[in-house]
Amino acid sequence: MVRHEARVGRRLTRRRRGQLVRAGQYTLLAAAVLALALLANWERIGEAFFDVDVIRELFPEIITVALKNTVLYTLCAFAFGLVLGLVIALMRLSPVAAYRALAIVYIEFFRGVPALLVLIGFGYGIPIALNTELPGGTLGTITVALGLVAAAYMAETFRAGIQAVPKGQMEAARSLGMSHGRALVSIVIPQAFRIILPPLTNELVLLTKDSSLVYLLGVTLPTRELAKFGRDSLNQYVSMTPILIAGLAYLIITVPLGYVVRRLEAQQAKAR
Amino acid sequence: MIEIRDLHKSFGSLEVLKGIDFGVERGEVVCVIGPSGSGKSTLLRCINLLEQPTSGKVRIGDDEVTDPDVDIDAIRRRIGMVFQQFNLFPHLTVTENVTIAQRRVLRRSRSEAERVAAENLARVGLADKAQAYPAQLSGGQQQRAAIARALAMGPELMLFDEPTSSLDPEIVGDVLAVMRGLAQDGMTMIVVTHEMSFAREVADRVVFMDDGVILEEGPAERVIGSPVQDRTRRFLARVLDPAAAELS
Repeated sequence: MVRHEARVGRRLTRRRRGQLVRAGQYTLLAAAVLALALLANWERIGEAFFDVDVIRELFPEIITVALKNTVLYTLCAFAFGLVLGLVIALMRLSPVAAYRALAIVYIEFFRGVPALLVLIGFGYGIPIALNTELPGGTLGTITVALGLVAAAYMAETFRAGIQAVPKGQMEAARSLGMSHGRALVSIVIPQAFRIILPPLTNELVLLTKDSSLVYLLGVTLPTRELAKFGRDSLNQYVSMTPILIAGLAYLIITVPLGYVVRRLEAQQAKAR
Repeated sequence: MIEIRDLHKSFGSLEVLKGIDFGVERGEVVCVIGPSGSGKSTLLRCINLLEQPTSGKVRIGDDEVTDPDVDIDAIRRRIGMVFQQFNLFPHLTVTENVTIAQRRVLRRSRSEAERVAAENLARVGLADKAQAYPAQLSGGQQQRAAIARALAMGPELMLFDEPTSSLDPEIVGDVLAVMRGLAQDGMTMIVVTHEMSFAREVADRVVFMDDGVILEEGPAERVIGSPVQDRTRRFLARVLDPAAAELS
């Protein structure tokens, strides 16, 4: 009796209620799109964001200089961070307590401070304090500074990956007479690498964007990368277009990487 | 060939081996049986120092394994080990699994290592799987590949740690057949196993362990067929006929 009253009192069935909610949401979306299409000054927006003349001016430098430099800075910092990160991860897992402590201090420090501050430190702080500059100019400085920061993150990723390799792998390698180091290099690290490929690729995406921090170092025309190039062109042409195009250029790098990450993750899910 | 004296092993406050004295002659096949948790696997793992004994001595040939100054990698080269979980290297093909230690440890050339690998894969009946990855093999095939990997190092002694315990009953026979062949070829073997019929047929000697000590040992026929100890009898009754043991 009570149950019957409850049914009547609700009046709307669950299905009916869902239909109404969805209809409301679609109506709202359609109204917003319509308002935007009718009310916005499309001519003005087109000029500001997608000025074809400006776009023509941006090429080919945006590719041959800016995109090239972004990729170059990113890859150099990534390679540096990868090697250092592996070393720190092995220190973190070392039986020698002093190495473990050093690795923890390193990771906490470089994960905790902003990449911006590290870059300023290497770009200006060290040159002033020691009256010397890092070799390799802009490229050298950004490789080391961003690489040091990336190494802290990658060290933790490596550690997790190495620890995720089943203990039996190390035991099997040792029982065949391999030394601990040989077993790590030939058996454990290659497997850890597979496990951490997705997070490592993510790190590469993050680094691609962080490479824009190079503007802090005061770059010259041939060392400009995408963000700085876009900003300079913004001033030059007084147009939003270069920023938009620079943004799209980042997406050319990061979207395929994101796709690769999803593919790798799906593959691993299948392998398990 | 192997001599173990007063071997103790503790994990924290848990004493797993409580004084083991045990020896194996060259060419002998010894099966170690007993309930789980009795220390069988730990005993095996103390022989090639995958576990560091708490006290006691282990000798293999003229080498004292437990001597801190000994080159354990050199000794392990002479001892093959087969694990319950196979532990094949999943990122390498079957052939690479069998060649990697030959090349990196024994410094054999690639062609020499591959020749030895092919020989041993044929011996365990996996010649046609040489280029497959472990994930593409059945459990029984994986375990036979693991045996080939150990054999390729030319060991004087093979340790088997419950080699068939994680296999489907219907493919256990393939692995046991390979082991039987090894025994016939005169390989010195220590086998931790629950396969009583295998122990009975192949083992020169059976050792029954319970609660960290060797309770009974002797020829397979006697230990399994007519055990002296009451504890051994109860264990065997349960293993050989679980249903009947349930009823009694």
